Amino acid sequence: MEVGCSRPAHDSVDSAAKPSVEKTEPKKETKPMVRIGKKAPDFAVSAYKDGGFTEVKLSDYLGKWVVLCFYPGDFTFV
Amino acid sequence: MSVDSAFVHKVWTDNELSKMITAGKVPFPMLSDGGGKVGEMYGVYDEDAGVDVRGRFLIDPDGTVVGFEVLTPPVGRNVLETLRQVQAFQHVRATKGAEVCPSGWKPGKTVLKPGPDLVSNVWKNWKVKEAFE
Repeated sequence: MEVGCSRPAHDSVDSAAKPSVEKTEPKKETKPMVRIGKKAPDFAVSAYKDGGFTEVKLSDYLGKWVVLCFYPGDFTFV
Repeated sequence: MSVDSAFVHKVWTDNELSKMITAGKVPFPMLSDGGGKVGEMYGVYDEDAGVDVRGRFLIDPDGTVVGFEVLTPPVGRNVLETLRQVQAFQHVRATKGAEVCPSGWKPGKTVLKPGPDLVSNVWKNWKVKEAFE
């Protein structure tokens, strides 16, 4: 086992050390869920970018750091 | 990414966002998650409200999820905290895990070098007050 910030726990802990990350795993465990240390599920969606419409695939960003943000909706206040 | 169409993203950008940001345009693609299918995969789709809640996922260059945060809609994110986390993960990656980033770490602050010598000696290398600086 790699020495790091992993702690001896019941479950396999990601060796790419990071302190307390919130585990927020909402309901329905049956579907493929996002887990810390696991691959982000790929997707292809339509997008608005630089004044035009295009398609964006998450896998197009391999090799780069990605901040993927969801929000409730356009024109919402926060 | 929201459940809005790319057309609505355009209208929102043209009519409001462009007036709020100095660059005049949004510097990243605005993704459309029609029907919340992607949000469902990521565990952030609220089927009662029919929207994606405020989820933020950090994904490293290998496509691995290294962190996430999910908030209910009425409270906004802390952008600087997101950037701090990216910088910290980048530091760990650049050192291939030889250096790790304790609580509150920012570039230039104390890193820890995991290994036998550090066991029970973190207190000599890092002070709790650094987490609040």
